Amino acid sequence: MTPDLQQDGAQRHERALAAVAPGATESGGRTAGFSRLVQPGEVDVAHGRILYLDDVHVSFDGFKAINGLSLDIAPGELRCIIGPNGAGKTTMMDIITGKTRPDRGSVFFGSTIDLLRHREAEIAALGIGRKFQKPTVFEQLTVFENLELALATDKRVRRSLRFALDSTQRDRVAEVLQTIHLAAAVDRPAGLLSHGQKQWLEIGMLLMQEPRLLLLDEPVAGMTDEETERTAELFLQLKGRHSLMVVEHDMHFVRAIAEKVTVLCDGAVLAEGTLDEVQADERVIEVYLGR
Amino acid sequence: MTAASVSLPGPRPLLTRSAFSGVMVALLVVCAVAPVLNLVVPEGSPFHLSDYMVGLLGKIMCYAICALAMDLIWGYTGILSLGHGLFFALGGYVMGMYLMRQIGRDGNYQSDLPDFMVFLDWKELPWHWALSDSFVATLVLIVLVPGLVAFVFGYFAFRSRIKGVYFSIITQALTYAALLLFFRNETGLGGNNGFTDFKRILGLPLATPGMRMTLFVITGLTLLGFYLLARWIVASKFGRVLQAIRDAESRVMFCGYNPLPYKLAIWTLSAVMCGIAGALYVPQVGIINPSELSPANSIEIAIWAAVGGRASLIGPIVGAFLVNGAKSWLTVAFPEVWLYCLGALFIAVTLFMPHGVVGLARQWRQRRAAVRAASAPAPAGAPREESAA
Repeated sequence: MTPDLQQDGAQRHERALAAVAPGATESGGRTAGFSRLVQPGEVDVAHGRILYLDDVHVSFDGFKAINGLSLDIAPGELRCIIGPNGAGKTTMMDIITGKTRPDRGSVFFGSTIDLLRHREAEIAALGIGRKFQKPTVFEQLTVFENLELALATDKRVRRSLRFALDSTQRDRVAEVLQTIHLAAAVDRPAGLLSHGQKQWLEIGMLLMQEPRLLLLDEPVAGMTDEETERTAELFLQLKGRHSLMVVEHDMHFVRAIAEKVTVLCDGAVLAEGTLDEVQADERVIEVYLGR
Repeated sequence: MTAASVSLPGPRPLLTRSAFSGVMVALLVVCAVAPVLNLVVPEGSPFHLSDYMVGLLGKIMCYAICALAMDLIWGYTGILSLGHGLFFALGGYVMGMYLMRQIGRDGNYQSDLPDFMVFLDWKELPWHWALSDSFVATLVLIVLVPGLVAFVFGYFAFRSRIKGVYFSIITQALTYAALLLFFRNETGLGGNNGFTDFKRILGLPLATPGMRMTLFVITGLTLLGFYLLARWIVASKFGRVLQAIRDAESRVMFCGYNPLPYKLAIWTLSAVMCGIAGALYVPQVGIINPSELSPANSIEIAIWAAVGGRASLIGPIVGAFLVNGAKSWLTVAFPEVWLYCLGALFIAVTLFMPHGVVGLARQWRQRRAAVRAASAPAPAGAPREESAA
C-alpha cells in the first residue's frame, strides 16, 4: 500500500469516526474500523473488552485444570470469580499473568495483545497487576521501599542504579500509603506487618503499578471484619478506573462488591450473572452443596 | 488528612558518619601506618610489622574481597555460589601467566619458554599465551576472563531459572570440572604444579620489602574501593531489587521487573571482583595451582561471609579476617584440628548466630539502646505515631 493511499484511508476513517461519535458505546467513543492501525503496546478496548479468554485448555499430568474456559471482562468492570476448590481459579490467573502456558486456546489483553506471547515481567509492564493468594511482599524491605519498587517506571538495570524518586512519584507513594492505611508504618519492615496489613501492602503495590487490570486472589483472606469492609470500599473506588477480577470465597465480601459473578467449576464457566442469579442456579447449588 | 502530612523517608547517605570514619581509618592504616611500621620502624622494635605479617594480611585482604563478592550474590541476592573459587583462580592464572613470562631466561632451563613447557618438550607458546607478555592485556584479561565465563554460565543458568540448592551444586560441579581440566598438562597451564618461581613484575624484582608493601597497599585500596562500590550498589534501587529477588522473586516479576539482567549483572560483577582478588593474591603468595579450584576453597568463601554476617557488607570482610586469622594460627599450632574447627564454626554460626559476628554486635547495640530508651523520659518515636494516626 502506498503512503498516499494510507493517508487517504486514514482521513476517510477519521470522517467515519466523527460520524459515529454521537452514538458512542461503552468503549469510550471509539469503534472498530478496518483501517485503524495497531499501536504496539497500546491496550485496545474498542471492542469493549479488556480481557478475553477463549476455549483455554491446560492439563497437568493428565489432570484437566482448565477445560475449555471462555471468559471476558469489560473495561472498568469489577468481576467476582467464585467456585469450589480445584475449580481452576488460580490456574486461570497463572495463565493470564504468563506463569503457566495453556495447551491451547487464546488469551487477549484488549483486542490486539496476545498474552501468550509475553513473559511475566512484560505482562506486568503491559498493565496487569496480580495479588497472590498468600500475601507476597518483600519482607526485609520497609513498607516505603516495597511501594517504591512497585512504582510504574523504567525497570531496567541501568535506570535502577541511578534511580531517585521525583516529587510527583513521592506524592503518588504518599497517596497510596493513605489509601491502604499504612501511613503510620512507612519505615517498618514489611515482614513485621500483620497478615491483613500485608494484604493491604500488596494491594498498594499493585496500585503503584497503575495497572489497567487487577487480578486479586483471595484479597480478604485473614482480614478482620473491619479490614474486609475497608477493602470492599477500596475496590468499589477502584472500579471504573481499573478493571478488577476478584477471586474470593467470602460471600459477604462478594455480596458487598459484586455486580457480576462468574462461577467456575472443573476448569470451565458454570454460570454467570448477578450473585442472586447464580445462587439460585440449580447447577451451582449442586456443585457447592451436593455430590 | 492530605498526602503532604505523610512523612516519607528521604534518600539515605552512602555512608553513615561512623562508617565514613571507619573507611578513613582503614585508608590511613593501609596507606600510611602499615608501610611505616614495616619499612621505617627497625626490626627489633615491638611496633615493627614483620614481612610475614604483611604477606599474611595482604593475602587475607584478597580473601576479604572474595567474601565481599560472595555477600553481594549470596547475602543480598540470595544466590549461593559454591564455585567462586573458579573466578578467583581464573584471575590468578591470568596474572600467573604474565609473571611466568616475566621470568624470561632466568628459569632452570634458561629457555624463552616457561620451565614446565620445556619439561614437556614443547617448542613454542600455545595460542592462549599470546597476550601473556603484555601487562596491559593481562590487566584487561583479569577482568574479562572471569567476567565472560560468569556471564555465559550465568545467562544459561538464570534463563533456565535454576535456583537454590541446584544452582549451588552446579557451581560446585563447575569449579570441580575446572579443577580436573587445569590438572591436565595438555591445558598448557602447568598441570598440577601450576605456576611458581616468579621473579619480576613490570621488570621489577618481586621479593623486595618495597614491592611486597606496594602490593599490600594496592590490595588494601582495591578492597576499600570495592567496599564503597558495593555500598553504592546496595544503597541504590538496584540493590533493593536484588533483595526483593531474594525475598520473593515471583513478586518481582509481577511488578514488571525481569530478574534475569539483575541477577546476571550482580553475578558477573561478583565474579570479576573474585578474579581481581585472585590476580592480587598470586604475586603476593608466589604460587597458583589447581588446588585453588578445589570445592573446599569455594565453600570456605561462603563460610567467611556466613561467619561475618550476610547482607551487611562489613560482615564478610570481618569474617574473612577472623576465620583466616584463626586458620593461620591453628594450622601452625594444631595442624590436624583445623578442619574440625572450621566445620564446628560453620555449624555454630548457623545455629546460634544467623546474622554472624556483625549481627551479634548489632543486637548488643540495640539492646543497650533499648535499655537507654526505657530509662529516658520521652521516647523519640512518639511524634511520628501521632501525625500518622
